[in-house]
Amino acid sequence: MACQGLQKGETLASLKRECDNLKKKLEEERGKLNDVELHQVAEKTEVLGALSVKTRRVLKGHGNKVLCMDWCKDRRRLVSSSQDGKVIVWDAFTLNKEHGITLPCTWVMACAYAPSGCAVACGGLDNKCSVVPLSLDKTENLAAKKKSVAMHTNYVSGCTFTNSDMQLLTCSGDGTCALWDVESGQLLQSFHGHTADVLSLDLAPSETGNTFVSGGCDKKANVWDMRSGQNIQSFESHESDINCVKYYPSGDAFASASDDATCRFYDLRADREVAVYQKDSIIFGASTVDFSLSGRLLFAGYNDYTINAWDVLKGTRVSVLFGHENRISRVRVSPDGTALCSASWDNTLRIWA
Amino acid sequence: MTINTLAKGGWYREQMTCFRKMEKVIVAMQDPDMGMKMRNQRLLITVIPHAMTGRDVIDWLIQKYNICEEEALHVGGMLVRYGYIYPLKEPRSLVLRADETPYRFQTPYFWTSTRWPASELDYAIYLAKKNIRKQGELMEYEKERYSLLHKRINHTWDFVVMQAREQLRASKQRRKADRIVLECQEQAYWLINRPPVRSLTLHYSAVLYHTVLSCIESCRRALGRNRVKSSICLEGFVKFSEQYQNHDPIMQGCLPSNPWISDDTNTHRLERWSFSFMELLNDPIGRREFMTYLEKEFSAENLCFWQACEDIRHGESSKIIQKVEDVYKNFLAPGAARWVNIDSKTMDKTLEGIKHPHRFVMDDAQLHIYFLMKKDSYPRYLKSDLYKNMLAKAIVPQETKKSVFPFMRRQRHSSPSPAQAVTQVTEEDGRAMGAGKAGTNSAAGSHV
Repeated sequence: MACQGLQKGETLASLKRECDNLKKKLEEERGKLNDVELHQVAEKTEVLGALSVKTRRVLKGHGNKVLCMDWCKDRRRLVSSSQDGKVIVWDAFTLNKEHGITLPCTWVMACAYAPSGCAVACGGLDNKCSVVPLSLDKTENLAAKKKSVAMHTNYVSGCTFTNSDMQLLTCSGDGTCALWDVESGQLLQSFHGHTADVLSLDLAPSETGNTFVSGGCDKKANVWDMRSGQNIQSFESHESDINCVKYYPSGDAFASASDDATCRFYDLRADREVAVYQKDSIIFGASTVDFSLSGRLLFAGYNDYTINAWDVLKGTRVSVLFGHENRISRVRVSPDGTALCSASWDNTLRIWA
Repeated sequence: MTINTLAKGGWYREQMTCFRKMEKVIVAMQDPDMGMKMRNQRLLITVIPHAMTGRDVIDWLIQKYNICEEEALHVGGMLVRYGYIYPLKEPRSLVLRADETPYRFQTPYFWTSTRWPASELDYAIYLAKKNIRKQGELMEYEKERYSLLHKRINHTWDFVVMQAREQLRASKQRRKADRIVLECQEQAYWLINRPPVRSLTLHYSAVLYHTVLSCIESCRRALGRNRVKSSICLEGFVKFSEQYQNHDPIMQGCLPSNPWISDDTNTHRLERWSFSFMELLNDPIGRREFMTYLEKEFSAENLCFWQACEDIRHGESSKIIQKVEDVYKNFLAPGAARWVNIDSKTMDKTLEGIKHPHRFVMDDAQLHIYFLMKKDSYPRYLKSDLYKNMLAKAIVPQETKKSVFPFMRRQRHSSPSPAQAVTQVTEEDGRAMGAGKAGTNSAAGSHV
């Protein structure tokens, strides 16, 4: 260590001790208002029967692992992206492939549909997130109209439009999240706080619509204020990388999926983890989660090729969905809650209902 | 899914992979066939062999990796910052210039990855050599560190001085060009590993220090938060689920009239408008109905104002100034055509903010009007004849036992893509598009 570092070294140890003490105090404070557990409150709700949910569609067409997908607000279209650099827009209803975009990079890990339905955003190993306007002219080369919006210093792991086509929120392997203006490509706000790759983010469905949550390889889930860039709340209870975070429909809580084979439920007002969804027979990491429309069910996709449906309130597993032949990379419930779409490394997407 | 996973102490591991990659580039640059052309560079009166210009480096990168000049400058800059290439003329300026500035490759002996971490002892010997060779040649920060080291490792100071003298004697026996090169290499190494300012992130403990400080700060902030009792929060989830249970198709298999074909309003959809104000506003038809009601009550300007503010918040950056001006003219200025009633404190703050308009300048005023509508007009709308009549006329959705997916065993009409509308889809367009425009019947897809 450098001599300068030695001076700091002494203070570093004492700072670390102060940090650990504060963390303990925080846990104590959080515990004080913990007067009841979720499953106790949920005792009076009825037990859910097994879901009669089946595969209704299989979307074939990608030549390699499907890494991400997103529904369009019209509840029937969706966009998916794959390891081979292709982004496809499907009409899930008719199984038509409406648009195909080839990107120059492989591992397109993030894709999102614009709220208007007129554009898609995609990004990955190219460290960028680009917006592609969807044109109905089949002969037009959509890739040519691609516009680079976000620039990170490492891979882009997730992206989402905010409430309009004009702003894009991204998270990256460089440990930061960022808010971009689509038109000018300008960085509007950046969010620093994670100490490792950020793997996922989700926008809050709230009245004021100004916060989002992110999860990363530092095992932390952070809630951010979009305008000030500040980290409002932080949760660190997972034992491994957090692969996915998703808000509960009311916006008062969120769920996370992690490599430690558990999914967890965090209440934002109580400021603590309120449920852990795990089972001894579930050994492989969970890579993705989403809630059903009422928030009663939590669908989680795992690396053992299955999707488990959990009863959010009681903490029990309701159903297992088999069918994919490789890891699940993404599950998303359609905007009207009628169907669940799952994307997998077996090159296909499935619609369940 | 992860690409990089960092274990404890992983910052070091992450850096090592970067170093390995940079080293691959460096080795390729020095390839006898495909590498860069070296030439002799004049440094004062000495000729230094095997040097290249910044321009050479950039051109080589552009050609080899098929990238643009900006990216080549960026990558090359990294190679200089991490010490794989060092500048001959201005050793302290660790930047890559795209001109005739001469650079040289650092010898692998001095690669950061080879000698990680740079030891105290080596640094002491280096500073001692510099001190002996040219008295008073040490920079301020070097002098400080030298005296600190002197205190710190005083017990081995004799060894340090002896080593320094030995190394100086050995170097005197070298050719001048070689000596200068070796001195440059060593100097470059220490400039990277003991930088004068803590600006480079190579210093491991500096990074850790920062992380711990920010962790402490966020813990302090978190301790100050207001928290709500669990029993209250958790009860909220139970209530929410119960309220929406009947509207959750995956759970109930309960069909509203198929939303994929028509845009009919059914009782379920109308009921949701009564769950929260946000539900009403989020549904385009709900918003339209509410506007109609407000017009009857002569308070439509509130919703218009709210919508205009949303437009500013989420719209194009270039149009913000114009939009803020319009909003001021139409809603806030004294005597405005559609003046909205905001309390004086918020009004003053907003007017002040308008002088320097930005995306969120209307937030306070918008929130005020939002809560005004929520507390006053919204509850009255739910009790109004307008809403009640709509509810009475609406279609009651079929309740089926089994989950029948809307498009099973039905003709699948293709629907026009949203991308077809050149401008934003309006509600009228939505209705027209949604009304089962007969498209081609697609071939049966795969069905499980």
